[in-house]
Amino acid sequence: MTDLALPRTARLSAALPQYGVYAAVLVLLAFNAVFTDNFLTGANLRTQLIQVAPVLIVALGMAMVIGTEGVDLSVGSVMALSAAALPLYLGYGMWPAIAMALLTGVVVGAVNGLLVAVVGLQPIVATLALLVGGRGLALVLAEGRLKQIENADLLALGSDDLLGIPVVVVIAGLLSLAVGLLVSRTTYGRQLVAVGGNRAAATLAGLPVRRVLLGTYVLCAVLAALAGVLATARLTASDPSAIGNLMELSAITAVVVGGTPLNGGRIRVLGTVAGALLMQLLRATLISHNLSDSTAQMVQAVIILGAVYLARERRR
Amino acid sequence: MSTTSTLAAPAPQRHEVPVEQSTRGERIAGLLQRHGALAVLGIVVVVASIRFPSFGTVGNAQGVAIQSAFLAIVALGMTFVIIGGGIDLSVGSVFALGGVLAAYGSRWGMLGALLLPLVVCGAIGLVNGLLIARARLAPFIVTLASLLGARGLLLALTDEGAQTYLIDKTSAFAKLGQGTLLGLGYPVWLALLAFAVGGLLLQRTRYGQAVFAVGGSEQAAAMMGLPVARIKIITYAASGLLAGFAGALNAARLSSGVTILGVGMELDAIAAVVIGGTLLVGGAGSVSGTLCGVLLLGVIQNVINQIGTLDSSYQSVVSGAFLIVVVVVQTYLSRSQRLR
Repeated sequence: MTDLALPRTARLSAALPQYGVYAAVLVLLAFNAVFTDNFLTGANLRTQLIQVAPVLIVALGMAMVIGTEGVDLSVGSVMALSAAALPLYLGYGMWPAIAMALLTGVVVGAVNGLLVAVVGLQPIVATLALLVGGRGLALVLAEGRLKQIENADLLALGSDDLLGIPVVVVIAGLLSLAVGLLVSRTTYGRQLVAVGGNRAAATLAGLPVRRVLLGTYVLCAVLAALAGVLATARLTASDPSAIGNLMELSAITAVVVGGTPLNGGRIRVLGTVAGALLMQLLRATLISHNLSDSTAQMVQAVIILGAVYLARERRR
Repeated sequence: MSTTSTLAAPAPQRHEVPVEQSTRGERIAGLLQRHGALAVLGIVVVVASIRFPSFGTVGNAQGVAIQSAFLAIVALGMTFVIIGGGIDLSVGSVFALGGVLAAYGSRWGMLGALLLPLVVCGAIGLVNGLLIARARLAPFIVTLASLLGARGLLLALTDEGAQTYLIDKTSAFAKLGQGTLLGLGYPVWLALLAFAVGGLLLQRTRYGQAVFAVGGSEQAAAMMGLPVARIKIITYAASGLLAGFAGALNAARLSSGVTILGVGMELDAIAAVVIGGTLLVGGAGSVSGTLCGVLLLGVIQNVINQIGTLDSSYQSVVSGAFLIVVVVVQTYLSRSQRLR
């Protein structure tokens, strides 16, 4: 590594964006263990993990899209669409309903992907259109109403445990593992990073650029749809007007804080997990110390900027 | 400066095409790209006037105008930012913050009600610009952070959103939002004035040409000796200032600093700019197009209200679909020009 030849401060500033997020998570955990009452209890940790699960699932897809040098603003609306589609098909049982909810993700992702990969739109605009239109469509589907979920199977998905761990958390953990393996161990993962790093070179090398982009946007939207299903099961109601609001911001924040550069070519799955955990812990810390929502938002803003500023140093 | 004047009207992506070679088809394509929003606006207005008798009335037109005025002012700032190759996601929060600050400042009279939001919102824009131009952070992320930060500041000011500051309905400041001149509200005139100034600034001044140059190619602009960083900083500061001003005007119209406004407004503003023919990659666009884009969004909303039986949720479905159609058409038009 050329890093060793650099002076100590330069090495530190190179290491900070790489490992800073893990250090920050540890610092926050230690701080809370000492200063926050009832923090290291099973019930509290459980709550934190349950709350972070949907954000994490969305952030995993977002990390892949950002790895292609794109961004997906429509994830929150996809959650709303999947939540709206869910109760419409619950009459056929849980699995068909979940399949239909995920199908909405496939459709939105395919539209996003086609607009970006085939038409050649900028990802921000293409997904912005679906952010605006998607939630409207979800409200139309649900007739603007909140619907109570009565299906016992689906409710169990939101509240049951597997080996003492909430099912939602298990799913989020397994998906993190799957996405990590997908990115680092498969041909598709390699192609994904290559397309994000240098699209022209990837095209010249004969990689199926369009197919990779399309697949990535579909995957991201399906993950968002799944997050919508899980959040609905957790909430015990389908609420398309509120679910997933500003989710795109939380997901992008988790990815960026986790050290994935916005200009593509690199995906850090473990960093994304840590980024999502960090933001969740931060919110919990601020709330448990009676700091208001307004302070929490401003602190979040500063952290995003700090993380991006540090990431910028490395690129030089 | 003769170097900047060559960058004037022609969009950068057409530079390699000398004027005498352009065919009629290309000219039509270029015309459509730049004035498509106006054409669609005309068609929608004519069809709606025939179909709904209540649409073509003076009263309805006045309503559309006043409802569009605030978004128009915000979208004007966004136009400059996007032509300069950036994006400003913070305008919705800054708009809401401007309204709250204006209501808060109205206790010190007209001056306080205008100065407080302008100074604070301008400062937020300035910080955005500094972080983007000097610290070289991505505009997307910087303004995303200030979206959160401005909303946080608003909540801190209003006791977590529980407090709504009121504006005395008889004050001169409230008149600024509620008064009318020749049948149109003051905010409409102010928006028109802002667009006139903005148009002149963009097309006729060195600053405006420099914005095009920076958006077209930042590197080339820097090599020509343009003060790239300063131009970007001014542009983002102006965007914050305009968003704050629009928020203050809106507060004057509502006689209160409503805290829940402006969520998603940045998306409407971006949509209006893009529909108006400004390219999101920067370097080409016009303020007149943005005005058409804003009016088109306003008219669509109005038509959906006229239909009555349609859920208001349809409005965002239509806006979203519309945005896609416009951008796809735009992309193909500019590509057909480039391929020549």
